Amino acid sequence: MAKTALQFRHNGRDVAIFVDGGTNLLVALRELIGDMTPKFGCGQGGCGACSVLIDGELHLSCLTLAETVAGRSVETLDGIKDGPNLHPLQRAFAENFAAQCGYCTPGMLMAAKALLDRNPSPSRTEVVEAISGNICRCTGYEPIINAVLAASGGRARA
Amino acid sequence: MPVTVRTFASSGEAAAALSSDRGARYLGGGTLVMRALNEGDISISTIVRASDHALTRIEAAGPRVTIGAGVTFARILAERDLSFLHAPARSIGGPAVRNMGTVGGNLFAPNPYGDFTVALLALDAVVSVRGGLGSRDVPIEEFLQSRERQTGTLVLSISCQKPGSAEAFRFRKIARIKPKGGSVITLAAHLPMSGGRIVGARVALGSMAPTQIRARAAERALEGRSLDAPTIGAAAAAAVEGTSPGDNALASAWYRREIVGVHLRRLLSGQE
Amino acid sequence: MLELRKDIFADERDDNLKEIGKGTQRQDMLGHVTGTSTYFDDHKLQGMLHLKVVRSTHSHARLRRIDTSEAERSPGVRRIIRGADVPRNLNTLLSLINFGKDDEPSLAVDKVRYKGEPIVAVVADSPREAFEAMSKVHVDYEPLPTVFDVEEALKPGAPVVNETYPKNTFTYYDVYDHQKLRFGDVERGLAGADHVLEQRYQMSPIEHAPTETNGSIAAPDTNGRYVVYTSTQALFFSVDTCAKILDVPSNTFHFIGGTVGGGFGGKVDTLTEPLCILAAMLIGRPVRYVFGREEEMQYGAPRGAERIYIKDGVMRDGRVVARKVRAYFDSGAYTRLSSYAAVKCAAHLPGPYTIPNVYGDIYCVFTNRTPATAMRGFGVTAMDFAIECQMDKLAHFVSMDPMEFRILNAYRDGDMKAHRREAKNTALIECVQVAAEKAKWPLREEFKRASSRTDGGGDRAVVPPTPREARPQPAMASQQRTSYDRTPAGTREPAVPPPPPPPPPPASRPPAAPSHGTTRFSSVFGTRRR
Repeated sequence: MAKTALQFRHNGRDVAIFVDGGTNLLVALRELIGDMTPKFGCGQGGCGACSVLIDGELHLSCLTLAETVAGRSVETLDGIKDGPNLHPLQRAFAENFAAQCGYCTPGMLMAAKALLDRNPSPSRTEVVEAISGNICRCTGYEPIINAVLAASGGRARA
Repeated sequence: MPVTVRTFASSGEAAAALSSDRGARYLGGGTLVMRALNEGDISISTIVRASDHALTRIEAAGPRVTIGAGVTFARILAERDLSFLHAPARSIGGPAVRNMGTVGGNLFAPNPYGDFTVALLALDAVVSVRGGLGSRDVPIEEFLQSRERQTGTLVLSISCQKPGSAEAFRFRKIARIKPKGGSVITLAAHLPMSGGRIVGARVALGSMAPTQIRARAAERALEGRSLDAPTIGAAAAAAVEGTSPGDNALASAWYRREIVGVHLRRLLSGQE
Repeated sequence: MLELRKDIFADERDDNLKEIGKGTQRQDMLGHVTGTSTYFDDHKLQGMLHLKVVRSTHSHARLRRIDTSEAERSPGVRRIIRGADVPRNLNTLLSLINFGKDDEPSLAVDKVRYKGEPIVAVVADSPREAFEAMSKVHVDYEPLPTVFDVEEALKPGAPVVNETYPKNTFTYYDVYDHQKLRFGDVERGLAGADHVLEQRYQMSPIEHAPTETNGSIAAPDTNGRYVVYTSTQALFFSVDTCAKILDVPSNTFHFIGGTVGGGFGGKVDTLTEPLCILAAMLIGRPVRYVFGREEEMQYGAPRGAERIYIKDGVMRDGRVVARKVRAYFDSGAYTRLSSYAAVKCAAHLPGPYTIPNVYGDIYCVFTNRTPATAMRGFGVTAMDFAIECQMDKLAHFVSMDPMEFRILNAYRDGDMKAHRREAKNTALIECVQVAAEKAKWPLREEFKRASSRTDGGGDRAVVPPTPREARPQPAMASQQRTSYDRTPAGTREPAVPPPPPPPPPPASRPPAAPSHGTTRFSSVFGTRRR
């Protein structure tokens, strides 16, 4: 199979891989780069477990042709820590019990980060809208919404 | 056979590649084509892409807007001159899907998707396509009815007139999950007014037929009348005529037929 | 956040609570928020192959021919696996505890019994190549009549779904085609009731839809063993099920469960590991088998649908004096855990209430649907839905407040329960009282004063006379043997005592004075509100 060279920035590091035609970004990240943080949940665009940031915008990596990120910046959960310290969102999720099985958590955190990077003080409605593409089967969403509001230092339970 | 990706600088070359290769599909935002590949659609062997800037251009300053087929719903939402299309754009997917999904791709989205296209149908949009014989403009209704035969063509852009006023154009998507979810039924109505009467009524429905359709009987009930309770009642009663909804996991055909009039009445009377 | 009602049952408790009432962090929370919690799929093994399954497109069909010759030649294909390749191609989950007969193939051979049933496994270098090979597998189906309704399935002449159980019901102790509960004389109770209410309740199958789909990765390890990463919730069930199906000692495997990305009961059936390990054995390479989302919805086992008929007799004063239940569990095409669900359901009747006449017939029925499995309190949850809807309707019938109605009928310590165990440590009354208080729902004084600890026992502790039904004598349960069981020493294996049949009514107790229940509730007899 013909392989295409692909270079991009992954969590601030320059990386280069070879991809088969048609490979999606989720597979490229997990199997070729070794970043297991984005997850496979559906392959259809319905669950958001594969969410990543491409040039700061929230995208679904399972529906992204890997080649299209050439020269761009891709951020995953693996990259949001600040050295050994947790990102405020990670700390807020932990403190607000915003995860049970944890499988939706990487996607939820990236969706929350995409929100707070643009809108540091969102309302509750804006938080709900921001995670509306992410499915959680365990928590019932309330702890996650509370965690995002808490991380924004904004109006909790607004 | 393995999948090959071919990227072209011009839409003309991309269109030629599409029309000459039965296994070729155009990649817009990826929400349709990548999904098909993920689910094992082996009929796709070539992915065609075009980096032509014309495909992502928005011309919205004047009374007639032209939106490149590659424009995403997120960009529509960021464009103030396209505020009349914000409700349809916002109804699509979640934030990630809106960053990826395109206006052109939505024309091909099957039930229970394709909600933006319902809005375009009510607005009498025109689809500019590039096929083997050059580009041409196709009225959207004709495009949708011949959609099966369109996979070899490349959609370049859509264009439509801006509605005269904000109230003239209404849109509603009924979904089980809020804020996002597949459509139980999607409705759009364009009711230009002249001297207190509706002139050129358009009512479009999604998930009520194999493709998005016009509700012509409802339109006839509205045409030339003022938008009052009896007129709305007549349109609601006629809404189901000509529809042929199917069953899916979100709703049965029976349910869709039962509610189309209810939701049209609410849409036309401005009720929640 | 959490309110502890220490006043209730205060004298029974040791209140040295160190953990309860305090927020305690999950041991894996840090892993979850950093994305380092390891799920089964978070392993990339060198040279990993991809397994995909060709599934039945018919709900019920004979398989006339399965042609894999073209698929075998497809590029990238390492191996095609068929039913004949599976060492022991018939299994049932609970055979591990000697409950039930082997009825389900890992790969169908001559017949398919539900849409999505696995027929052929394709193992290839890449998912794309596996998909292409799948399209080259040609299956010749002869469609058969289908049955999707539990009651239709029990009618004479209904299509036989699963030849292991030719009457379309699971067989208990080789003899019974349903679970029976008999306590008192329900027909007399219904005849003597002021009102009788019969309702039918129906649940749909419910899909767990975990965000992580079912899957496993199996790889040859050292010492002739295989390492298996799996999404299972039931690691030991899975090890032993695979050992049985693959006919090897269970210590052939090193099973490593990860964090489960949502189970809810849908990851107990060991659906992917046997074929995944078999592929690794046959090819000698790591193999990955993960459901796509559509597979998870169609083929992943749901909570079984249940149809429940409840016929209750209630007196004007609010006492429920008779409850007759007929319930059907839709097990789908194979048994899995539904046989056990029906047992739990029967034991659960009539709910947390003392009712002097109880009758239950609970069936585990086979239909041409996806085989059902456990989910969140299975066997009991749907029955509770039906019982509680029924209690509300009954309360409405006798114009009684639904909360007070429940307090009136609640079981109390010392009462005899329908399956002949004494009720102990009951607390329904207190739960209803606190719920009413929190909801600011007014209760009359006598209902506020009711207690689980008083007013039970006495006449209510008696097993009422229960008419005998003619029944066949149960045969000794047949013992299933597997190749890895130790061969018994001596000529004959010792007889396994059968599980006790439902006990006959006790002859020793004097029957309660007149009929069942007239004096039982005198101490909580209240006036009707309206």
